[in-house]
Amino acid sequence: MKMNSELLNKNTAINNNVKLSTKGVDLYYGSFQALRNITLDIPECAITAIIGPSGCGKSSFLRIFNRMNDLITGAKVEGLVELTGINIYDRSIDVVELRKRVGMVFQKPNPFPMSVFENVAFGPRRHGTNNIGELEDTIERSLHQAALWNEVKDKLGQSALSLSGGQQQRLCIARVLAVEPEVILMDEPCSALDPVATLKIEDLMRSLAENYTIVIVTHNMQQAARVSDMAAFLMMEEDRAGALVEYGPTSQIFTNPKDKRTEDYITGRFG
Amino acid sequence: MRAGAVSKRQLSQRSAFSLLIVATIIVALPVLAIVIQIIVNGADAISLEFLTESPSQAGKAGGILPAIVGTFYLMLGTILVALPLGVMAGIYLTEYARDNRFTRAINLAIVNLAGVPSIVYGLFGLGVFVLLFHFGMSLLSASLTLACQALAMTVTTSREAILAVPREYREGSLAVGATRWQTIRHLVLPQASPGIITGAVLAMSRAAGETAPILVVGAAFLLPGLPQSPFDQFMALPYHLYTVAAHVPGMPKSTMWGVALVLLVVVLSFNVLATIIRLRARQWRYSL
Repeated sequence: MKMNSELLNKNTAINNNVKLSTKGVDLYYGSFQALRNITLDIPECAITAIIGPSGCGKSSFLRIFNRMNDLITGAKVEGLVELTGINIYDRSIDVVELRKRVGMVFQKPNPFPMSVFENVAFGPRRHGTNNIGELEDTIERSLHQAALWNEVKDKLGQSALSLSGGQQQRLCIARVLAVEPEVILMDEPCSALDPVATLKIEDLMRSLAENYTIVIVTHNMQQAARVSDMAAFLMMEEDRAGALVEYGPTSQIFTNPKDKRTEDYITGRFG
Repeated sequence: MRAGAVSKRQLSQRSAFSLLIVATIIVALPVLAIVIQIIVNGADAISLEFLTESPSQAGKAGGILPAIVGTFYLMLGTILVALPLGVMAGIYLTEYARDNRFTRAINLAIVNLAGVPSIVYGLFGLGVFVLLFHFGMSLLSASLTLACQALAMTVTTSREAILAVPREYREGSLAVGATRWQTIRHLVLPQASPGIITGAVLAMSRAAGETAPILVVGAAFLLPGLPQSPFDQFMALPYHLYTVAAHVPGMPKSTMWGVALVLLVVVLSFNVLATIIRLRARQWRYSL
């Protein structure tokens, strides 16, 4: 087993508060079952990586936490999904309010075709902040947090589409940070980026993890090993429904997996 | 042997190209011929008086101002009704409607709306707006009638423009806690607006050229002045052209061609405007 020194040195002292949890969650798209019986607790202010082969339902699982699956006709979630102990699929839940608390960054950077400033201001404006001074403060703070401020402070009025791919992705992170979420979901945020931009995002994630709960889907094993505190390994069962094979501290999953299938996957024997 | 085979292929390639070029020219010829004929024959009739005065002697003398103004009112009235309705239906169909039997029936109805002969719209307008709603033979009835016809186009172009806005934008917006309506209002519609406006302008140019529907709902043969309210009758260029060409004996040829030229300029300028909007929007989007 390959020992990653970085991995072993990483501080794995994890806050014990559970931020998100699923209990026996099944996800259906129409009659197709995409996920089966997933139960796990995601700790607060830590990075949890969801890994697994393509098509095992990693992204679908991530989208359960901000109810992005609601957009797909025929999608149905069964079981319990909780954010700080509150069932987010309860009838009384305001999905808009939920998505404000649980932000999401996508695989392909998706800045809006407007200025850098307006991209970050988009969320706060929709939530009723229109005072320009207040917006300026929020935008500066968010861009600082996203480690982008120094690169864009002189071109806030320029189109966001003129930024590089890595900058665009950090802008999308800033856009999410601007609404002050508690959780940030990241769906393969680096898969469209070059290695340098990828490292920048990873550094950013580590610094964000001090204040935010981050859940990241990745099929880059090194990335999961480098950045995450906890790792969940999902795999397709015979009927193509994704199931949780193993979940635990990243150091344990990568150095001492309990399940043979986890070991085979992380050592690159399949997937 | 091989060289021969190659040249044979080149030969068939060349003849295919020639055929395609000839076909293209044949397609373009009638348009060119019409435009040239109208300009050559109608240019003499165009004068300040022709464009700014009311007709006299059953259109044989004077100008065509009431017809020009009537046509613009008609276009305006049509789009004021057809654009908002079309955009709203387009938004509903793309963003809210579920794919069920009801939605499919509506889509089918919209597709078929475009295929209904225009005189049928005229009769519908006569029955509903003129008689049932008591709007009378008027600008209002005619605008509403043409709006029904233009709806097919404004709904379709709105829907296509809205569908062309990438899904990633919508997801990004929802992911920061915007509501669906906020996403549509602040992200989707601004992106879709060039396409929507292009469709609206084309619908207006089509309304300007319609003759049959307005014939039965309010277009007048001759009016001394401009319409003063939406409930007045009105003159319109295509109908005026029809009457001076077919119903007035001793009509000077150049006057008929002059009316045709003005109508052509109105319709073509709106088509050109639509093209400019579309090209500008594309440039603008890429330069961002």
